[in-house]
Amino acid sequence: MEGLFFNVNGGFVEGIVRGYRNSLLTGQNYSNLTQCETIDDVKLQLGPAYGDFLASLPPNPPTSALAGKMTDKLVSEFRYLVAQSVGSTAKFLEYLTYGYMIDNIALLITGTLHERDTRELLERCHPLGWFETLPVLCVATNIEELYNSVLIETPLAPYFKGSLSHQDLDELNIEIVRNTLYKNYLEDFHNFVQTHPDFSGPTQEIMSEILQFEADRRAINITLNSFGTELSKQERRKLYPEFGNLYPEGSLMLSRAEDVEGVALAVSAVSDYKSFFDAVGLSQGGGGLGGMGGGPADGKSLEDLFYQKEMEMSKFVFTRQFTPAVVYAWMKLKEQEIRNVTWISECIAQNQKERIGNFISVF
Amino acid sequence: MYPRYLYGVLTTAFVVVGLYMLFQGEGEAFNVGRFLEEVSPYAWANIGIGLCIGCSTIGAAWGIFLTGSSIVGGGVRAPRIRTKNLISIIFCEVVAIYGVIISIIFSSKLVPVPESQVYTQNNYYTGYALFWGGITVGFCNLICGISVGINGSGAALADAADPSLFVRILVIEIFSSVLGLFGLIVGLLVGGKALDMGAA
Repeated sequence: MEGLFFNVNGGFVEGIVRGYRNSLLTGQNYSNLTQCETIDDVKLQLGPAYGDFLASLPPNPPTSALAGKMTDKLVSEFRYLVAQSVGSTAKFLEYLTYGYMIDNIALLITGTLHERDTRELLERCHPLGWFETLPVLCVATNIEELYNSVLIETPLAPYFKGSLSHQDLDELNIEIVRNTLYKNYLEDFHNFVQTHPDFSGPTQEIMSEILQFEADRRAINITLNSFGTELSKQERRKLYPEFGNLYPEGSLMLSRAEDVEGVALAVSAVSDYKSFFDAVGLSQGGGGLGGMGGGPADGKSLEDLFYQKEMEMSKFVFTRQFTPAVVYAWMKLKEQEIRNVTWISECIAQNQKERIGNFISVF
Repeated sequence: MYPRYLYGVLTTAFVVVGLYMLFQGEGEAFNVGRFLEEVSPYAWANIGIGLCIGCSTIGAAWGIFLTGSSIVGGGVRAPRIRTKNLISIIFCEVVAIYGVIISIIFSSKLVPVPESQVYTQNNYYTGYALFWGGITVGFCNLICGISVGINGSGAALADAADPSLFVRILVIEIFSSVLGLFGLIVGLLVGGKALDMGAA
């Protein structure tokens, strides 16, 4: 039934997003990119897709500047979509920005702790996660202050409720704050797409699949990264989103896991994740710690495999019509594209041509 | 939304009043047969014609906005789709034209007659035929318009992604568009047997 009314508000936006998707780099583009000798060549190859945005770059720009300009294009396209959307689609797009806000908050607080220059930090913030009181974040010294002075006016305020403590902000606390926020955000987003009447049908199906994957990925990452830190198992468990393919049995096993084998055992109920762990050889116990950088199998890390899966899911989203979920999928694909180009140009800049093929392309 | 219990209250009220009247010997006040007989055949015919053109137009409009918003959106990045996909808009528009044709044919059967000759057997038949014929055509076209609209929306987006898909989806779209034609044919057959109002 979604076909009857979706186009009233969402047809134009969907059409545009599909146009954006069609201009994503394809396998052909990537193979051209890998042949490049200099960053200038890369710039030239990206010309048709990125046009004006790369024009202002100096010759042989640093990789970060290139990635920055590509992100600028993503941001301006996303802003256009936001400007064109109304109603539930607009709300959906708003939800997409919350993740960036959380990242920005974590970045700023960490930077302030390390006494980095505020202006430099603000420049590094993702523009989509910008909100008005963001610069004030630098003055916060404990979590309560952070909440009362800054976050109470942002859409993230509800995610803070119930996870407030008076502790001072230190390295571990920031990660806890960030992951708690992200957990609450994912749960809220999941709840939003599940319960909103406009989203019955494809949006619900697609988004719950994607968000469940995202929740599982976060739970696994949190567990892997927590080994060797002071994070207690009890606290760790509180950071797991309370939905997803692993929830509740897998989450419980994850919370009890002591090492990588424990994690591999916990996720073995879901065949996808099991195959990832098998592929990188973590389940055999050979890889040891290190988790995300871990045991290379065909040069792919666990993180790469998760990204690969995410990209395939995002690509699949475009087989469905009448849903704003295509915006989400497009953003994920675009971000991966930026990571890919960064990787390729980084390899070119550092003369590491043998590793240049280690990017993820699904088109 | 009204609270759910309102439906229950209304049903109970109807049943109570109906039973009361029935047992008081006044059940004849609800006389469906007399109602059907007393309504002028002209009223039936005009309602049918109105619903025919009305529903057809809604169907066409619905299809056009479904298709149109997708063409406009998809056309931003792939301007070449704009002319080709006008054919989807035309398919939607045709649905309204079916409604117009049937309405014109039906309304030509309406001829003024003196009051004494209104309630004749022929006029009853014409009235009912135009009423149900109009409803058939109207709803057929409404559904057809939506169907073509959703198809056309898909066609526009698919064409923007891969031009070779356009013709294939167009074939499916033609099948949707034929639904309206079925309504048109049935409407013509139903209305064809009805004589003009007041004919002997």
